[in-house]
Amino acid sequence: MTLLLLADHDGHTLSDATARAVSAARDMGGALHLLVAGENVEPVAKAAADLSDVDKVLMADDPALAHMLAEPVAELLVGLSADYTAVIAPATSIGKDILPRVAARCDVMQVSDITRVIAQDTFERPIYAGNAIETVQSTDRLKVVTIRSSAFDAAPPGNASAPIARVSLPAGAWKARFESEELTKSERPELTSARIVISGGRGLGSAQAFQTVLAPLAECLHAAIGASRAAVDAGYAPNDLQVGQTGKIVAPELYIAIGISGAIQHLAGMKDAKVIVAINKDADAPIFQVADFGLVGDLFTLVPELVHALG
Amino acid sequence: MKKILVPIKMVLDANMRPRVKADGTGIDLSGMKLSINPFCEIAVEEAVRLKEKGLAEQVVAISIGPAKAQDSLRQALAMGADSARLIETDGPIEPLAVAKLIRMVVDEEKPELVILGKQAVDDDCNQTGQMLAALLDWPQATFASALRVEGTVVHVTREVDGGHQTLSLPLPAVVTTDLRLNEPRHCSLPNIMKARKKALDVTPVAACGVDTVPRLKVLGVKPPEPRKAGRRVADVSELVGDLRAAGAI
Ligand SMILES: Cc1cc2nc3c(=O)[nH]c(=O)nc-3n(C[C@H](O)[C@H](O)[C@H](O)COP(=O)(O)OP(=O)(O)OC[C@H]3O[C@@H](n4cnc5c(N)ncnc54)[C@H](O)[C@@H]3O)c2cc1C
Ligand SMILES: Cc1cc2nc3c(=O)[nH]c(=O)nc-3n(C[C@H](O)[C@H](O)[C@H](O)COP(=O)(O)OP(=O)(O)OC[C@H]3O[C@@H](n4cnc5c(N)ncnc54)[C@H](O)[C@@H]3O)c2cc1C
Repeated sequence: MTLLLLADHDGHTLSDATARAVSAARDMGGALHLLVAGENVEPVAKAAADLSDVDKVLMADDPALAHMLAEPVAELLVGLSADYTAVIAPATSIGKDILPRVAARCDVMQVSDITRVIAQDTFERPIYAGNAIETVQSTDRLKVVTIRSSAFDAAPPGNASAPIARVSLPAGAWKARFESEELTKSERPELTSARIVISGGRGLGSAQAFQTVLAPLAECLHAAIGASRAAVDAGYAPNDLQVGQTGKIVAPELYIAIGISGAIQHLAGMKDAKVIVAINKDADAPIFQVADFGLVGDLFTLVPELVHALG
Repeated sequence: MKKILVPIKMVLDANMRPRVKADGTGIDLSGMKLSINPFCEIAVEEAVRLKEKGLAEQVVAISIGPAKAQDSLRQALAMGADSARLIETDGPIEPLAVAKLIRMVVDEEKPELVILGKQAVDDDCNQTGQMLAALLDWPQATFASALRVEGTVVHVTREVDGGHQTLSLPLPAVVTTDLRLNEPRHCSLPNIMKARKKALDVTPVAACGVDTVPRLKVLGVKPPEPRKAGRRVADVSELVGDLRAAGAI
């Protein structure tokens, strides 16, 4: 039994989601190979080879793989899949885009966004925005599985580096073309792997308040900033900060929800945080039902007070 | 372009709280409000806007599901779709089978563009569009937040983990919608009345000749572990004390 894991990276660094998916793969058992696809990705392949539990790294270095677009990467995985019992990936925007394409080509039903491995072919996954947990068993020969990273710890560095082997992308006429990208730059920790996340909702009222009220608190706690959908829709925060069923799923040690009501779609993205704090002026806001510590009051006075108290 | 196909799914309304059945076999949908999946509604809206801009001649909605899914198709028709098709099935049907059935309809209808939701909010699989693109060997752009048709090319801006990415796809192509692509319109009463007269064709799944046998066995469905009740704190200093005591900061 050998598993093939598609590594997630931004062209330079291996994502934390990959290290977490390695832990899920270890729970599935068997030998583990990581595929690093991209252009000039040797440093990424080296980082992958240094993770514990990785037996081998396959590196596909090709200009056509530069942006990890679905067509070429899926083609590569389909070509490699015959040698594997499972093809897996973290459920990042890359993994979610590519893996179903591989599954359909192999005539396999994918198991999406698993939160627990019960056996090689049996998994738990949340459905209905996390309001129910389904246990599913795959009857397909090949398992195609995406991993919810927040449910697994990151694999630590290993004692020895795994060997790196080059694989090549079969020739093909890829139809989708990359035009441009706009990536949000931030000095803050990455949202899905941060130890502390401070999220703002519609209650913040403006993009400016994210800067003047939320940012100082994030600064003093070395926290990542997140947002509710309402805050993103209103333009207070960029889309990649959205936490929830249809945004990012986070499970930090501490999650502070500020001016967020606690709709089920938002809770779906953060209710596995170890400690939840809610600050809201409405004592009946549903967020208080999941909060370990609830503080009722005006965020515009409470948050600066909190910064002061921590300062 | 001549035709856009929009696959839509009827799901438990996003405002309803799902209840797990006592026997652990699934979610109890009896007496619950079912609606068009929000992402599918966005897909219909986008297709209709392309038609209104003169960029597409016809919008066809399709659903695979129980007879009741006709309600969702009627809503798509009221929003401006021209015709609708239901492939009727009462049993559970997985994204792979759904994608195969949609491929069959694509072969018949010959659309240049298929717009789907990025995920259905019940099963949250986030698979069907990508699977369909693979089966058709068409290019795909998932999680679209902006879409622009220019001749025989569609430019799609996608919401990705680090921000946005823009791709161009030659038609025919598959696009899946994210939340910020548009805000779906409310249907006016006259349009709802008109929709009743539009064509809605029903085919039983058995007549399609597609293998729909589930590949996944659902062994059980349970509610998530409840969080233990928290408590109110009186002020900021109590909060800081509690967080320190809990080792959170
Ligand atoms: C298909 C679908 C998918 C969705 N996906 C997501 C998702 O991924 N993530 C997500 O977050 N949402 C998602 N939503 C939206 C979700 O249903 C809610 O609409 C959203 O989470 C509300 O955001 P909010 O809590 O910021 O805003 P509101 O619900 O408007 O809450 C604002 C809160 O701020 C409080 N407040 C206001 N002023 C102050 C003040 N001065 N001091 C203190 N408190 C104040 C108010 O009391 C209120 O509780 C989705 C919805 C649908 C239908
Ligand atoms: C009556 C019925 C009962 C079911 N009962 C169960 C059950 O008890 N347990 C269980 O695990 N599964 C059940 N299923 C199967 C489950 O609904 C499938 O897993 C589901 O159809 C696909 O997952 P998804 O909707 O999350 O796909 P996604 O890939 O998330 O859907 C993305 C997009 O694909 C399109 N799409 C998806 N499905 C359809 C469709 N049917 N028709 C048209 N377009 C579609 C839509 O545009 C949608 O936005 C049932 C299905 C039906 C019809």
